[in-house]
Amino acid sequence: MNETPLLTTDSPPHRRTIWRLFPRNLLFRSGAALLLLFVLLAVCGPLLVPNDPLTVDMSKRLLPPSFEYPLGTDHLGRCLFARLAEGAQVTLGVSALVIVSVALIGIPFGLIAGTSGGRLDAWMMRLVDGCSALPEFVLAIAIAGFLGPSLSHLLLSIIVIKWISYARVVRSIVLAEREKEYVLAAYVAGTNKWTVMRRHLLPQLLSPICVLAALDVGKVIMLISMFSFLGLGAQPPTPEWGAMLNDGRPYFQTVPALMILPGVAIVLVVIACNLLADGLRDHWDVRSQ
Amino acid sequence: MWRFLRKRLLQLALVLFLLSVVTFGLMKLAPGDPVLQLLRIDQVVVTQAEEAALRNQLGFDRPLLAQFGDWLLGIVQLDLGTSLLQKRPVWDVLIDRLPTTLLLAAGGLLVTLLLAVPLAFLAARYPGRWPDHLSRLLALVGSSIPSFWMGLLLMYLFAYQLNWLPTMGQGGLSHLILPSLTLGLSMAALYARLLRAGLLESLSQEYIRAARARGLAERRILTKHALRGALLPVITVFGMSTGHVLAGTVVVESLFGWPGLGSMAIEAILQRDFPVIQGYVLLTGTTIVLINMLVDLSYGWLDPRIRYGKGGLS
Repeated sequence: MNETPLLTTDSPPHRRTIWRLFPRNLLFRSGAALLLLFVLLAVCGPLLVPNDPLTVDMSKRLLPPSFEYPLGTDHLGRCLFARLAEGAQVTLGVSALVIVSVALIGIPFGLIAGTSGGRLDAWMMRLVDGCSALPEFVLAIAIAGFLGPSLSHLLLSIIVIKWISYARVVRSIVLAEREKEYVLAAYVAGTNKWTVMRRHLLPQLLSPICVLAALDVGKVIMLISMFSFLGLGAQPPTPEWGAMLNDGRPYFQTVPALMILPGVAIVLVVIACNLLADGLRDHWDVRSQ
Repeated sequence: MWRFLRKRLLQLALVLFLLSVVTFGLMKLAPGDPVLQLLRIDQVVVTQAEEAALRNQLGFDRPLLAQFGDWLLGIVQLDLGTSLLQKRPVWDVLIDRLPTTLLLAAGGLLVTLLLAVPLAFLAARYPGRWPDHLSRLLALVGSSIPSFWMGLLLMYLFAYQLNWLPTMGQGGLSHLILPSLTLGLSMAALYARLLRAGLLESLSQEYIRAARARGLAERRILTKHALRGALLPVITVFGMSTGHVLAGTVVVESLFGWPGLGSMAIEAILQRDFPVIQGYVLLTGTTIVLINMLVDLSYGWLDPRIRYGKGGLS
């Protein structure tokens, strides 16, 4: 989409520069630091420990930590550290993909519904209501059940449900903003509908959408790992953390690390996202809007 | 009120219809030919004629809309087809499994109540003091720990290390403890925070000041007067989280080998037993939709200020 006007726009009532955009509170900083740690794990992990996360070697199964295998090996002799690092890539990449696609569907939908109003708006919102009536979990089960369990099917069902809340939030903000005088003034000055949308309405959406997205990333990560744990998401040998927990279930008694480490990874990433969301919310005080 | 009810019922019918369309559509989109699959399960060599006969018998050679009509008519009469693997009506399979899941859900709910209610009352009675901080910490941790991992940890601690409780299957009360705990803990933190926020909110209302002015004991005010106002958000979230509870039962059942609806669904998905999956999807979808409607209707009873119809909710 358009990168430049989003931040440099001179739209009233808030004028922001890119650095003032990020909160300086403790919540946001600790969340960001924690998340950065996992990004580092995903990017630098494979460089630090050059083991292949998929190579099976039955002679090296369930080894304790050593120099070659910093966290030991799993039940198929695969390096646990390499798998955790690859799992960070999968988790972060996939959840980012979900959030971006959901925002790319929801924001234009809400913008168009909110600015056009009338019958088009009514029909668009009816579509939103229809989608939201289907429980997310049931849809995920149905899609996995009929189309076969796979990560892409899981992502599809999450996207089908999640875009709704973005469309709703965007529409409600647009409805509130479009009555304000600066938008009216822009119309009076002869600005066309699309420019008003881009230059005046879009910047208003930044803060609520960011908070919503930060909250959703945590939820999406939990959902993906849950379904993978049940065998309905990422399929072996993909080293997704939930799938790793499922794979290692029979070996927990002898090697607790197989159970503890992927779980800790999930919990920490989710906590990081929640902290980030809380920090952003405190900074922008979204609730009071 | 009646206008509101009628409108809600119409909405309900629409949503249920949508649910059936999605289920039917997904079933038709499913890869693989269901007729061939059905024949393959019996592992016999079949001729073209036999295949065509079965196709005709199942109605798969008719137009899609007619198939949908037939299918919908069957669903309305609770005819959900026959399980490919168990060779019995799906409805019977569901009914067999339902009580086990309900027992688990009740256990989880009990754990949630036992933890959340005292915690919320303590936190609301002493806001900003240690019970409040404790409940906040628990809420942060509780909302970040996935239930399946919590279950694994509990299983590891109480079953493997301490050897107090059984890990798997169904039996006496001891088999119910760990699954209920897993299910209940994940919800307790959320409800404790909600109930606390609701209690504090209603404590700041005029009618509480009036009750205090009448000299009622603080305990009585909290449990009797503030609670009713505080229940509204809790009930709302309870209704909205039916889906989460159901997802929770799937996780817990699969984790602890609990023979309920959830583990049945997982087995059916992994073995591609379509009629059972379809039955589960329709049953749980309908349940969630119905509960949401009941929650909507309960608002008026909980908060007399909400009136349906004129000017109120509609």
